[in-house]
Amino acid sequence: MATAAEIEKQAEQREIRNRWFLSAPALLIIFLAASGPLVIVLIYSFLTPGPYGDVVWKFSTDGWMSVFLERDIFDDTLSFASAHITIFWRSLKLALMATVATLIFGFPTAYFIATRSERTRDIWLFLITIPFWTNLLIRTFAVLQVIRNEGIINTALINLGIVNQPIQMLYTDFAIMVGMVYVYLPLMVLPLYASMEKLDFRLVEAGYDLYASRWQVLRRIIFPLVRPGVIAGSILVFIPAIGAYVTPSVLGGGKNMMFANLIELQFGQGRNWPLGAALSITVMAIVMVALLVYVRNTSGSETRHG
Amino acid sequence: MPDTPGKNAIEVRGVRKVFGAGEAQVAALDTVSVSIRENEFFTLLGPSGCGKTTLLRLIAGFDFPSEGEIMLYGQDIAPLPPFKRPVNTVFQSYALFPHMTVAQNIGFGLEMLGKPRAEIDARVAEMLKLVRMEKLAKRRTSQISGGQQQRVALARALAPQPKVLLLDEPLSALDYKLRKEMQIELKRLQHETGITFIFVTHDQEEALTMSDRIAVMSAGRILQVGSPRDIYDRPAERFVADFIGETNFLDAKIDSLDGAKAKVTLKSGATIAATVAEGFKPDGDATVVIRPEHAKAVKGQGDISGIVETVVYFGTDTHVHIRLDDGETFTVRQQNARGAVAAFERGDRVGIVIGDDAAQILRD
Repeated sequence: MATAAEIEKQAEQREIRNRWFLSAPALLIIFLAASGPLVIVLIYSFLTPGPYGDVVWKFSTDGWMSVFLERDIFDDTLSFASAHITIFWRSLKLALMATVATLIFGFPTAYFIATRSERTRDIWLFLITIPFWTNLLIRTFAVLQVIRNEGIINTALINLGIVNQPIQMLYTDFAIMVGMVYVYLPLMVLPLYASMEKLDFRLVEAGYDLYASRWQVLRRIIFPLVRPGVIAGSILVFIPAIGAYVTPSVLGGGKNMMFANLIELQFGQGRNWPLGAALSITVMAIVMVALLVYVRNTSGSETRHG
Repeated sequence: MPDTPGKNAIEVRGVRKVFGAGEAQVAALDTVSVSIRENEFFTLLGPSGCGKTTLLRLIAGFDFPSEGEIMLYGQDIAPLPPFKRPVNTVFQSYALFPHMTVAQNIGFGLEMLGKPRAEIDARVAEMLKLVRMEKLAKRRTSQISGGQQQRVALARALAPQPKVLLLDEPLSALDYKLRKEMQIELKRLQHETGITFIFVTHDQEEALTMSDRIAVMSAGRILQVGSPRDIYDRPAERFVADFIGETNFLDAKIDSLDGAKAKVTLKSGATIAATVAEGFKPDGDATVVIRPEHAKAVKGQGDISGIVETVVYFGTDTHVHIRLDDGETFTVRQQNARGAVAAFERGDRVGIVIGDDAAQILRD
C-alpha cells in the first residue's frame, strides 16, 4: 500500500511532467525563434564572403579577424581596426550615457507619478506611453526638426540674441544622445514607477524623523528600496541603446556610426556577411558582459526585500 | 485649560489644521491648545478621525499647522522640517527599514546626526540592551516577530535621545498578551529614559493604565485634559463619559450651585450631591453621570428605583442592568466576593443608592 508520502511524491512528479508538457510550445518557439537564428549567425561568421553578398560555404576566420584587425591593402600587414574600435567605444559610451541620462530624468518623473493620487497616476502613466503610438522613425525626425540648425532651438537662440550663428547640434554624438534619451525614457520610467509604487512612503517619513535630510533619505532609503526598478530600467534602456540603428542614422548623419549601422553596412554595401555576423555576436557578448558586471555590482545584499 | 506649574516640553497654541481647499475643506484640528509637561507620559485619546494622529504629525513635522504655534521648550518648531526637530516617532506600522539590520535601524538616527562611529556603536549596544534585543542585532527586520519589531522601533526612536518621543498607536498591531507586556515595558522605558512621551491611542484602557495625563479628543477638538482619575471620575462632557468606561446618564434639575459642588434633584425626586464640570453654564437642567461601580443596588428604598432586567456575571464583578421607573436604563457593577450569592434576579424590584461623591454634572 502506498504511504501518504509516496502519493504526495507521485503527485509532485505528475505536476512536474505537466509543467513541462504545458510549457513545451513556448519553449519550442523560444528555441526556434531565438536560438535558431543565433546559431545561423554564428555559423555565417565562420564562412567566406560571397562576391555579391551572401556567403560561400568555406570555413574562414577572416570575418572574426577583421572585427578587431585590418589588413593593409598594400603590404598585407595587420593593424588594429581603429575605425571599429572607435565605433565600439562610441556605442558603449552613448548607450551608457543614455542610460544614465534616462535615469536622471526618469527617477524624478517616476517619483512624481508614484506620489500622485491613485486616479491621477493613471493619467500620468497614460501620458508617458503616448509617444509609443508614433512610429520610431517619425519621432526621430521630430527630434531632428527641433535640433537642426534652422530648428526651433537655434532659431530661438538667434532671435534672443544669445548666439550669432546656429549651434551645430545635428549630426553629433550629442544629437544621438538626445534622440535616444527621448525615445527610451518611458522604458526607464515604467519599471522605476513599478518599484516606487510599491515603496512604503512611511519609511520616507521615518527617515525624515530620524534626522535624514532630503538627499540622505533619497540615497539611504528610497534608492536602495527601488534598486530593482533601477536595474530593470537600466537594462531595458541599455540593450536597445547599444543596438540603436534608426537614431544614429538619422541624427548622427552617417559619420557618427554606432554598432548597428556598422553591422548594416557589412550586410549592405560592404558585402561582408561573415564580418557582419561576427560583429553581431561581438555586440551580444559586450552587452552580456556589461549586464553581468552591472547586475553583480548593483544587486548587493540590500536589494533583497519584499 | 489651566496648567499647574512645571516645565512644559510641548506647548500647542491655537493650532488649526485644515485639509483640502474651498468647499471640500475639512478641519482635522479645530483650534487646539494644550501643554505637555516635561517627563510626562501624555496620552491623546479618541476615536479614529478625532484628530489625535494629526496633532502628533504636526508635532513630528510631517504636516504643518494651518494656524497656530507649536513650542518645544519655548521655541516655535512649527515651521521646521521633521529632520530638524529633536523629536522622534514610533510609527504604528513601525516603519523599520527593510534593507537594514536591527542594529543599522537603531543606529540610523545617530548616523544621520553625524555622530562618530564609536559613539553610535556604543549607543546602539546600549539601546539593544534597554529593549532586550542584544541577540538579534544582526538580524534583518523581516526575520523578527511583531513584538520584536516593536522593540526595535522603540529603540530606534530612543537612540538619538529625543526631547520628546511620539508614539502613534504603537501597540495596536500586537495581540492582547503582548500588548499588556509592552504597556509595562513602555512605562519602564519612559521611567528609565526620563523622556517626555506623547502617546496616541483609541484604547481607553491603555490610556488609563499608562498615562500621567490624558487629553480626550473628538472631532478635531480636545474636550478634556486631566489625570486618568480625573477623566474617569469627573468627565466634563457626555462624549468623554461615554467614550471611557461604562456610564449611566440621568437628567436632573439644579437646586443649588456652589463653585464645583451642587445639589441636584433627580426625576425620581431624590436630591443628591454632585460635582460640577468646569465650564458648566447653569440653566436649570443638567445631565448627571454616575459610574456603574459608584452606585449601589439595594433591596429597599434608594435614591432611584427600578426593576432588574439582566444580571451578567463577569468573574471579577457582576453587572446588574436595571430598568428605571421612568423607562431609562441604569447599570450597577458589584464586585464579587468569594462565596457571595447572586443578590438579585431578573424581575426583582430594587433601589439604587447614589453616594455623595458619585455624581458628576456634565457641561453639555
